[in-house]
Amino acid sequence: MNLDFSFLSWEVIRAYVANGFIFSIQLTLVAMVGGIALGTVLALMRLSGKKWLETPAAIYVDTLRSIPLVMVIMGFYLLIPFMIGRPIGAELSAIITFTLFEAAYYSEIMRAGIQSVPKGQVHAGYAMGMTYSQTTQLIVLPQAFRNMLPVLLTQTIILFQDTSLVYAIGAYDLLKGFETVGRNFNRPVETTLVSAVVYLVICFSLSYMVRRLQKKIQIIR
Amino acid sequence: MSRARFIWGEGCVAIFGIDTFCRDTIDKELVANCLKSAQGDTTYLHWLLQAWGTAVALSVLALIVAMTFGVLMGILRTTPHRLLVLVGDVWTEMFRNVPLIVQLFLWYYVVPEFVPPLKSVPPFVLAFIGLGLFTSARISEQIRAGIQSLPRGQLYAGLAVGLTLPQTYRYVLLPMAFRIVIPPLTSESMNIVKNSSVAFAVSVPELAMFYRQAGEETSQVLMFVAVTLLYFISAFAINRVMKWVEKRVRVPGMVGGK
Repeated sequence: MNLDFSFLSWEVIRAYVANGFIFSIQLTLVAMVGGIALGTVLALMRLSGKKWLETPAAIYVDTLRSIPLVMVIMGFYLLIPFMIGRPIGAELSAIITFTLFEAAYYSEIMRAGIQSVPKGQVHAGYAMGMTYSQTTQLIVLPQAFRNMLPVLLTQTIILFQDTSLVYAIGAYDLLKGFETVGRNFNRPVETTLVSAVVYLVICFSLSYMVRRLQKKIQIIR
Repeated sequence: MSRARFIWGEGCVAIFGIDTFCRDTIDKELVANCLKSAQGDTTYLHWLLQAWGTAVALSVLALIVAMTFGVLMGILRTTPHRLLVLVGDVWTEMFRNVPLIVQLFLWYYVVPEFVPPLKSVPPFVLAFIGLGLFTSARISEQIRAGIQSLPRGQLYAGLAVGLTLPQTYRYVLLPMAFRIVIPPLTSESMNIVKNSSVAFAVSVPELAMFYRQAGEETSQVLMFVAVTLLYFISAFAINRVMKWVEKRVRVPGMVGGK
């Protein structure tokens, strides 16, 4: 057993890995922003107290949460040609899938966050003569976001890890970049090891920062 | 083949293409006995059930690995010994911060290079070890949180009546902590079923792999529905088992008890 990393020059990394890394980040950020936006809407629907809003949101969230992500990624990619008549690229398909899928998870976090805001806050808003949307936007959501920020960020780290699953449809992400290098240089052992270290360093530092943030927020409250 | 032998297949409501399941995987002919083809080839139903069996076996074995190491590491992280805490922390951070698919690649490509005997081990075994250790990090988090949620006085009381530290854990802390963490452990157990789908990446012939191949050969929609339904049933079954355990171990006056 002898490992040889000499083939991993900056040129090689720039040529193969950089694009994949950028895509992984893009996918994470788009799915995070889109997922939180859609997730907030879903959470508000589930807490609206109106059956015709609650039921569809509950079905959407519970269904997606009970299907493995791999199946959603592959299913969407393979079924989209039947639905719109032509295939879309693996990358675009991944972005849409992750946004829709993560929305289900973010919505559960948002729901817990909204429920953690004391009812008195809502009543106080109404007592001031504010409408439902004013109370929600100006009083409930800012507090809910603040309470839920660490959990939302932790979910985003999980999301970043999960983006590696686009391997299933061959989208070119960070993992695929390393895999391509490994195949071209016939060094899969080294590239797998390096990709694991890269993910470990990124995710560990991010979760360390989230923990610091969590402590800070706790003191303020 | 005689007409009578087709009756089974035709009975399978051809409108939705459900008869696909009774077709041979090679020549796509309807087969009289849905579960086995006459030529010794296999039908889609048979293939699907085999894939399901693999997925369930993978999940259950991984769950055993995950529980063993997760509980052990979770306990280590709450002990007063700094070295043990460090071991548990490093273990958890390592297995939690690398994506599952990358960990499976590590077990598939890298580990056998360092441990040559593993080269002859089938991917199924590597996959359940990998999936199990990945999940052990999550379980260790839950166990640690469960033990730490107990009042400190419980530990001191145990030590004060003359129990050793292992005895205090065995008779005082763990019986309470386990009952607290059953709900989060239930959802981790269901996650393991869902995460077993990642094993397709190291060519374990489980459900996601089946969908990838059979969906291409036949109807995408039908196979997608069938496979997701089986995932749902498996996860639900685990959920029921855990709920049963939760009920069985309930103690009146304690968490979740009456």
